[in-house]
Amino acid sequence: MSKTIREAYGESLLKYGKDDPRVVVLDADVSTSTRSLVFAKGCPERFFNMGIAEANMVGAAGGMAACGKIVFVNSFAVFLSTLGLLSARAFGSYSGLNLKFMGAYGGLSDAYDGPSHHSVEDLAIMRALPHFKVFVATDEHQVDWLVKTAIDTDGPVYIRLSRDSLPEVYSKDTKFEIGKGQILREGKDLTILACGVMVGQALKAGEMLAAQGISARVVDLFTIKPIDRPLILESAEKTGLMVSAEEHSVIGGLGGAVAEVLAKAGSPAKLACVGLEDTHAETGAYPQLLKKYKLDADAIVAQALGGLQK
Amino acid sequence: MQAIAQTKLDALNAQCAQMRIDLIRLLHKLQTGHPGGSLSACEILSALYFEMAKVDQANPKWPERDRIILTKGHAAPMLYMILAKRGFFPEADMDTLRQLGSHLQGHPCAKTTPGVELSTGPLGIGVSAAVGMAMALRLDKNPATVYAVMGDGEINEGTVWEACMSASKFKLDNLVAIVDLNGVQLDGRCEEIMPMDDVPAKFGAFGFEVFRCDGHDIADLCKTIGQAKAVSGKPSVILARTVKGKGVSFMEGQSAWHGAPIGRPEFEQAMKDLGGEPDV
Repeated sequence: MSKTIREAYGESLLKYGKDDPRVVVLDADVSTSTRSLVFAKGCPERFFNMGIAEANMVGAAGGMAACGKIVFVNSFAVFLSTLGLLSARAFGSYSGLNLKFMGAYGGLSDAYDGPSHHSVEDLAIMRALPHFKVFVATDEHQVDWLVKTAIDTDGPVYIRLSRDSLPEVYSKDTKFEIGKGQILREGKDLTILACGVMVGQALKAGEMLAAQGISARVVDLFTIKPIDRPLILESAEKTGLMVSAEEHSVIGGLGGAVAEVLAKAGSPAKLACVGLEDTHAETGAYPQLLKKYKLDADAIVAQALGGLQK
Repeated sequence: MQAIAQTKLDALNAQCAQMRIDLIRLLHKLQTGHPGGSLSACEILSALYFEMAKVDQANPKWPERDRIILTKGHAAPMLYMILAKRGFFPEADMDTLRQLGSHLQGHPCAKTTPGVELSTGPLGIGVSAAVGMAMALRLDKNPATVYAVMGDGEINEGTVWEACMSASKFKLDNLVAIVDLNGVQLDGRCEEIMPMDDVPAKFGAFGFEVFRCDGHDIADLCKTIGQAKAVSGKPSVILARTVKGKGVSFMEGQSAWHGAPIGRPEFEQAMKDLGGEPDV
């Protein structure tokens, strides 16, 4: 089993932040969970625990960034994207300062803590903020690149992480680019566009469909904003049917972003969206939750078959 | 610490009197902008920008400058007037306030206006940012002081108190908060909208060294700011008693003049009160 996304994040943050005096890390009393604790232990002078006061943490991060710091703010995705939103807007979006939002426990990954702690709308919220870049981490290797890229990229960034380990899709030598999706499997009958935990499920769906003689292209669209418009349109033209898959509401996230691209281009391609159907989930074991709320390979296959029959 | 020289005090008082006239004239002409809180903050901002804080209009990003954060961003017209007088941009720019294409946005914008340290307007978060600035400056061993000028309506915001907790935890003695205690917020008097009761005791309980002064007396402000700066090991706050709409008879203490447009008869009365010429 590969290491958890949060552990990989903590290690990468320490690796890239330790010798860079611009990097400051804040947490709101959940560093043990977010694993910003790894940085705190390795670089205590530039780690600050701001207590259970997320709004103030993000505001303070704005002030630090205005003094030239690159500030990583850590809490659960659900709290960063709600309690942290006003300062995210004022100091990140409007002021363009170097705020890096690390949304821990993204999607339903904090499964047993229940819907109060799941984040099913964070991508929609953060994507709507002008000038924000929004990413969803796919695996530990990509997390490493995302942390480095957040440091190297000027301006506000939101990165959704996961509590759990995710299937290793990449190697440490994989090259990523902001705004460029990764084609993980080629196919001609449909395209599955996925992010985060759904990438592994999309690859599985690709195999299941292949067993039925259906050839699916599988794309990791980890870069929600900027979105990979050329790849989406090229895939639409090539395969006709598009299936988006995300651990998020079907409103405003990856599926929403893809729909915007297709509609604005006047694409005749069909789009089916796998995600939470304007609902919250419930408490339960993570794999069971994903299955019950139709966030798995079976759900992707069902949407694919439905789309092909129409 | 040396008290402010009498000649300079006289000059600053005369300048404040003139800025009040110019501000009312401008807001009357534009029919937009917040007069009440601008008039109450006139001396506080003057004491900082013209006497106590180190800023350099020729080098607005000078690393060791003091950071003045107007967290009550709606007093932007007075801040802009003072920045212009201080030489950060031409005074003629004031005519473009709140107009399309101007660098003078409705609330302070650090990206567009030289001398503005932080974009403010949403109340409560400017104080958090001031805390973050004080922390970052300390990390860099930068001797600058952060001044956060708040409103007394603003302290309704919970983030103000979150910020106070963190300022106290990190012993930010390079942070001086100043509350423009004009007693009036948008909808009415502070004690009727959201009574904060014993404000000095609240700040004291949150770990601040608390000072009080007359927020329209520049000598008193300078003396108190000097004392607050000298505090070691904890943040300090100055509760500066002011009058909302100070200097204009019908605006004083009136919430109706928080952000209302100034009509012709009111403008004429205001000029009479302030000793300005009514003809523009």
